[in-house]
Amino acid sequence: MGELIFVGLGLYDERDITLKGLDEIRSSDRVFAEFYTAHLSGSSIGRLEELFGKKITALDRAGVEQMEEELLAAAENGKVAFITAGDSMTATTHVDLRMRAHERGIITKVVHGVSIATAAAGLLGLQSYKFGRATTLVFPEKNYFPISPYDVIRSNLAQGLHTLVLLDIRADEGRYMTASEGAKIIMRMAEETGDGGVDGKTVACGIARAGSGSPMIVAGPLSEIAKTDFGPPLHCLVIPGKMHFMEEGALRVLCGMR
Amino acid sequence: MGRKEDNIKLAKDIMHMPDFIRNIGIAAHIDHGKTTFSDNLIAGAGMMSEELAGKQCLLDYDEQEQARGITINAASASMVHTFDGKNYLINLIDTPGHVDFGGDVTRAMRAVDGAIVLSCAVEGVMPQTETVLRQAIKEKVKPVLFINKVDRLINELKVTPEQMQQRFMKIIAEVNRFIRKMAPKEYVDKWQVNVLDGSVAFGSAYHNWGISVPYMKKTGITFKDITDYCNANDQKALAKRAPIHQVVLDMVIHHLPNPAVAQKYRIPNIWHGDLASEQAKHMMNCDEKAPLALMVTKIILDPHAGEVAFGRVYSGAITRGQEVYISGATGKSRVQQVAVMVGADRVPVEEVVAGNIAAVTGLREAIAGSTVLASPDMEPFEKISHYSDPVVTVAIEAKHMADLPKLVEVLRSVAKADPSIQVEINQETGEHLMSGMGELHLEITQYRIEKEHNVPIKASTPIVVYRETVNGMSPEPFEGKSPNKHNRFYITAEPLDEKIMNAIHEGEFPSDVKKHKDDAMRKLVELGMEKDVAKGVVDIKGTNLFLDVTKGIQYLFETRELIKEAFAEVMKRGPRANEPVQGTLFKLHDAKLHEDAVHRGPAQVIPAVRNALYGCMTTAGPVLLEPLQKVVVSVPQDIMGNVTREMQQRRGNILDMTVEGDMTSIESKAPVGEMFGFSGAIRSATGGRCLWSTENIGFEMLPPEFQEKITREIRERKGLKPEPYTADYYSG
Repeated sequence: MGELIFVGLGLYDERDITLKGLDEIRSSDRVFAEFYTAHLSGSSIGRLEELFGKKITALDRAGVEQMEEELLAAAENGKVAFITAGDSMTATTHVDLRMRAHERGIITKVVHGVSIATAAAGLLGLQSYKFGRATTLVFPEKNYFPISPYDVIRSNLAQGLHTLVLLDIRADEGRYMTASEGAKIIMRMAEETGDGGVDGKTVACGIARAGSGSPMIVAGPLSEIAKTDFGPPLHCLVIPGKMHFMEEGALRVLCGMR
Repeated sequence: MGRKEDNIKLAKDIMHMPDFIRNIGIAAHIDHGKTTFSDNLIAGAGMMSEELAGKQCLLDYDEQEQARGITINAASASMVHTFDGKNYLINLIDTPGHVDFGGDVTRAMRAVDGAIVLSCAVEGVMPQTETVLRQAIKEKVKPVLFINKVDRLINELKVTPEQMQQRFMKIIAEVNRFIRKMAPKEYVDKWQVNVLDGSVAFGSAYHNWGISVPYMKKTGITFKDITDYCNANDQKALAKRAPIHQVVLDMVIHHLPNPAVAQKYRIPNIWHGDLASEQAKHMMNCDEKAPLALMVTKIILDPHAGEVAFGRVYSGAITRGQEVYISGATGKSRVQQVAVMVGADRVPVEEVVAGNIAAVTGLREAIAGSTVLASPDMEPFEKISHYSDPVVTVAIEAKHMADLPKLVEVLRSVAKADPSIQVEINQETGEHLMSGMGELHLEITQYRIEKEHNVPIKASTPIVVYRETVNGMSPEPFEGKSPNKHNRFYITAEPLDEKIMNAIHEGEFPSDVKKHKDDAMRKLVELGMEKDVAKGVVDIKGTNLFLDVTKGIQYLFETRELIKEAFAEVMKRGPRANEPVQGTLFKLHDAKLHEDAVHRGPAQVIPAVRNALYGCMTTAGPVLLEPLQKVVVSVPQDIMGNVTREMQQRRGNILDMTVEGDMTSIESKAPVGEMFGFSGAIRSATGGRCLWSTENIGFEMLPPEFQEKITREIRERKGLKPEPYTADYYSG
């Protein structure tokens, strides 16, 4: 009977994996990875392969259907590890793959990794209890410029909730949205909507390279975040809602908010 | 030649007086003498020497048009004519009579307000004349009638004056019946042509005479006189007493509308902007002081000046050096030269104002159908709908490697000059596809590429362009999934109501459905669709309609443009053989979308919708349609059998046979694919004793016994798997 283990690698580099996850990968017959929606910016496939002592088959966006078939077939006859950045079941969920494996009689397991969903709150000192729905800003395209992420921010703010704003990753094209680009897009959406709920003065937090030894965190008005250089990827934003005094204190002390 | 220069001066003055301008075209069947007719008008009006007219084809200024004896390009010429002591400016747009070039006819008709329908006294009204007339009327172009080749009636068929009149009555009745059938309600009576009021004239273009009842009254010429002149072989004398240009141009001035009158009712027909706006008022009033609005009807490639854009100025003026905006292009263009046409000569002028036809250089991004505007905020004209779709394709390669880049350049400009030519450039293989209205159309274009642009080419044998549609309804909405499986679209396919399909084909829907959704919706309701359903109209591509019948699905509107992208892609290449889809109605019944925008972007939604569209067509019974042609062959009765035999060998259906003297006219319908090489075959079958013409008449279902075979052939030619995919393939 085959087995499919979902292993979250955590946030930054190959050393964020859990020991349990490492054991599972090392005892697998094959290792597949999905790195086109998110990847470890502080590492590389080569370094992971060295650590695991295994070859990694990386899925690409174009061939994903065929390769998933190959993955499931391998899992029917042996042990397969499926690795992703962060947690395999959080931002980009692979629950569909897990269900399809189940339907084919494959045993599945999940080994969790640290997700940005908890790390962002942790770095900023915001309380995880007070986050509303998360959202992702996508690179604007001719035929696709969804405003719904802005609606999410607005409705969270209306309820006094914080919003985790993830930023588009096109790892396969080498494009990563920066926190400052994200801040500009939010301001553009606010302008287009014209509801006055958010503007350049709205407080936002930018986070870069969470999970690394030297993450960068800046809290301040959106207009300033838009001008800040956050350095190499990955970045994300948080728009705080109504803050507890402890949260305000943390932003001032830990994140340089004036 | 002094007269010509005088006329140019006069023309420049009259240009500013819309009441004294007429913009006209000619609707005629091939070989009905249109070129001779227009040349004699131009010569008579003093725009070329009279001896040359009828011998040198002025409007046929393509060398190869003269060789083939048909007019391919719609060029234009301006004439000055005196009527009731006043000078008038008549702009004549030449239109092709061969309906393989139907796109050209439609565009020419858009630039004119009136048309002379040219009919042959011997052969009567031919199907192609009807086609051209139909396009004229659709563009609200008012017709008058000229019955040509009357001399042949007298000299060859020996008819008496009474029989001659009877024949005329028959032709007039036929034209009027047609106008009654086609014309907009309010014009049905007004546009009827009538012998007594002089909206009908007759004569011989070749012998340069024409006559009408008012002219007969004025001059005392009788039918008997005409017969006598012809019998006495002295038509020259008749031409002196009744010169064709006099009679015809009088008729034009008296019966066809001037631009100030015509633009009032034509603008709402050809421009879909807000009729209460300033721009609408300017155009409807033909206001030369207003901002410029010009519609390009044709691009001609001139060896010296390069691309010359011909167009009708509807408001304002186009001036040398002016900065203008071209619809569909980004940025500004600068007008280099502005000219009016006199035969093949462009006479440069400072400006051409509203109500006139201008020849303009410098508009590099313009194509036939573009609108040229003074400001980017103005609303362009409705796109000119193609009356006929391309039905034949050839693959073209440069003979010499060195010509590769030049060929691409030439193909692009050929397609620009003739929008009924579609070109697909393939930089990788160097084998480009060129599609057109028929075998002849493509042959002529190939000839041009070689002779005019000096690029020797190799062309494949012509390939038929098929269409795809469905002959049933999807049993249930087909589920299309995105690659990440988080998004699902549920769509059905069914045949589109024929009335709606025809209306789309005739260009009755706005080209930008999103922008003019209310218009599109109203039109659908008018054609019998329920309002609740019609309000879901999302897009029209080809003759296919996409409706959204879902209710209140969150985020769906954010995917709308992506849905349209997938729709456009599938309509270009159907599931059965990657041929264009036509006449199919798609309904989006439901959609399930991921909460987060990043998981329902283009990379997810486009494949999901594409899968649903392909899948639902596959379950609705996808079939191939083949293009058909109406073929009319006139042949002496004794060898009629040879023609029917030839047609039957080509899967032809004989529709009608009419006897006229000792000639029989055989009308039949045959697949385009079976008609290749017909030209040579019919010549040898009849010993060259026949006249024939063809006309594309749309697509019909390929007989069931050919469906699989042809599907396989097309797929193999395109390098696809020989069998189309099953529904399972699209549901994965």
